Amino acid sequence: MNIIVCIKQVPGTNEVKMNKETNTIIREGVEAIINPFDTYAVEEGLRVKEKTQGKVTVLSMGIPAVAELLKETVALGADDTVLLSDRAFAGADTLATAYALSMGIKKIGLYDLIICGKQASDGDTAQVGPSLAEKLGIPHTTYVRKIEELREGYIRCQRMTEDGYEVIELALPAVITVVKEINEPRLPSIKGMMRAKKAVVTVWSAKDIGADLNLCGLKGSPTQVVSTFVPVHDVHSEMIGGQPEEQAKRLAEILLSMRFETGA
Amino acid sequence: MDYFLTDEQQMIQELSAKIADEKIAPVAIQYDEEGTFPHDIIKVLADSDLCGVYIPEQYGGLGGGIFEMALVVEQLSRACGGIALSYAGTGLGTFPILLFGTDEQKAKYLPDIAAGKKLAAFGLTEANAGSDAAGVQTSAVLDGNEYILNGTKQWITNGEAADVYSIVACTDRSSGARGFSAFIIEKGTPGFSFGKKENKMGVRASATVELIFEDCRIPKQNLLSKEGLGFIVAMKTLDRTRPGVAAQAVGIAQGALDAAVKYSRERVQFGVPISSFQAVQHIMADMAIQIEASRALVYQTCRYIDSGAKNISKQSAMCKVIASDTAMKVTTDAVQVLGGYGYMKEYPVEKMMRDAKITQIYEGTNQIQRNIIAHELIKEYR
Repeated sequence: MNIIVCIKQVPGTNEVKMNKETNTIIREGVEAIINPFDTYAVEEGLRVKEKTQGKVTVLSMGIPAVAELLKETVALGADDTVLLSDRAFAGADTLATAYALSMGIKKIGLYDLIICGKQASDGDTAQVGPSLAEKLGIPHTTYVRKIEELREGYIRCQRMTEDGYEVIELALPAVITVVKEINEPRLPSIKGMMRAKKAVVTVWSAKDIGADLNLCGLKGSPTQVVSTFVPVHDVHSEMIGGQPEEQAKRLAEILLSMRFETGA
Repeated sequence: MDYFLTDEQQMIQELSAKIADEKIAPVAIQYDEEGTFPHDIIKVLADSDLCGVYIPEQYGGLGGGIFEMALVVEQLSRACGGIALSYAGTGLGTFPILLFGTDEQKAKYLPDIAAGKKLAAFGLTEANAGSDAAGVQTSAVLDGNEYILNGTKQWITNGEAADVYSIVACTDRSSGARGFSAFIIEKGTPGFSFGKKENKMGVRASATVELIFEDCRIPKQNLLSKEGLGFIVAMKTLDRTRPGVAAQAVGIAQGALDAAVKYSRERVQFGVPISSFQAVQHIMADMAIQIEASRALVYQTCRYIDSGAKNISKQSAMCKVIASDTAMKVTTDAVQVLGGYGYMKEYPVEKMMRDAKITQIYEGTNQIQRNIIAHELIKEYR
């Protein structure tokens, strides 16, 4: 079975910095990691491959440095890696991203199953997986916590819900997005790391995949980030000390003064 | 310190460190408490290709040497000296085959060991044969195409967990040190059973077990090297594996230093972190000095051995002594830095102190090591 796993580079930090002018995340100079949710997608892809004697291709869209992350997946056992990298892809929202990925996947060609992480840890939208399926015109399901059965043209999986799970059957090819409950990602092997060191990541431009530039990047993004801001925590607290009587008196004073302030 | 590792050595070190931090550290205290064998961690090591770092590529290994083995042992030991010992104990049981095995013996046993499918163990010590290895009572008598073994081996690391055992037994009691021979024995051989599993002070995740041979018949082809060379097999093996013990000691000591420095920056007394007190700073500085000096000697000794040098006993003994004495000192000091908390099982340093002690004792006590060093030293000045 041929599997394509989509991964995204995210900042390996909780302190995401924004470009104030373009309202996009500044990725340069920040430690880049594979979106943690995507590591489960890679692992599941490898497990399916090991069971079905197939091939895993890992796909990403991003800056040239993402090639290093794709090589990490080679160390884990991925067979091929493809990076869609072009200035035309910059500033893509989820729709433009799904479009570019879909064009990349069409160029890769034969595939049975596409696996994505449930969402990215930076954007948290969870939209690219389903959008990708729509762009490709194939079925999808999200939040998969277990693949129950998988054979030629058929997959049955457990889809996690808030209070349990649903069993979903799909015709292949299909897209599934996975949650962390699905597996425990492996560590690389030394032989894999050596393979990764020599691996060459295939890089495709917008032209290479025959993408319509009007549907790529900022231009192809109907959602625009108008502004971003960090919520200001403007809460003042005062600890009231002393004997209970004194505390109660002070609290009453404060409450009374607030009443006057609001003019009630 | 940059030790100018090759790309491959860096990968080995990096991956071992990752396994130590992500897979071993979270379960180290549990394994220590329960004293159970870490089969699941061995599986992780096997999947990572680390079980074969010191085994030639033609047998499925990575083709490295003592140094690569030491790099793995050091990193694993930062998280748990006991789990690291299960790995290192396999090295100890494998080196007799690597050094003295025939092509057939190597082809039969090394691929499974390299793949982590089988563990190995080394059996020399007996109740009355510790530092005085010539006291070995286990006997092997040739009967047609088979040797018949009888006797009991004591304190054997990886006992029962291992599938392949390299054993030293007496084949000719009248020939003194030339009367011993080494054999490969497989688990499951009739007449080969396991006795007492020891309840130890430290390295509790590793199995330490009695091996019992009762009219145990093994094929003649399982003889390692030649009859009468058992001691040479044992000594040449130990010369090469002592740097592994030394690396284990360096790793345990490094784990203790890491814990001590981290704690000293968090623990506030008299309104400031205790890392601001010179009394604490100097303890930690001394810990760091001794660890780095030990590591430098261990690494250089490994490189010296891997270069194919012949006279390695003295160097091998020296790195084992300095690293293990350092580990004992450093782990004791780490407990001191953590004070009362250091003495409690909730913190990792009391375990490190217990684990460190064995490195001064096994694979030749540090007193025996000093005998070896002095013996070589005096020879040099003759």
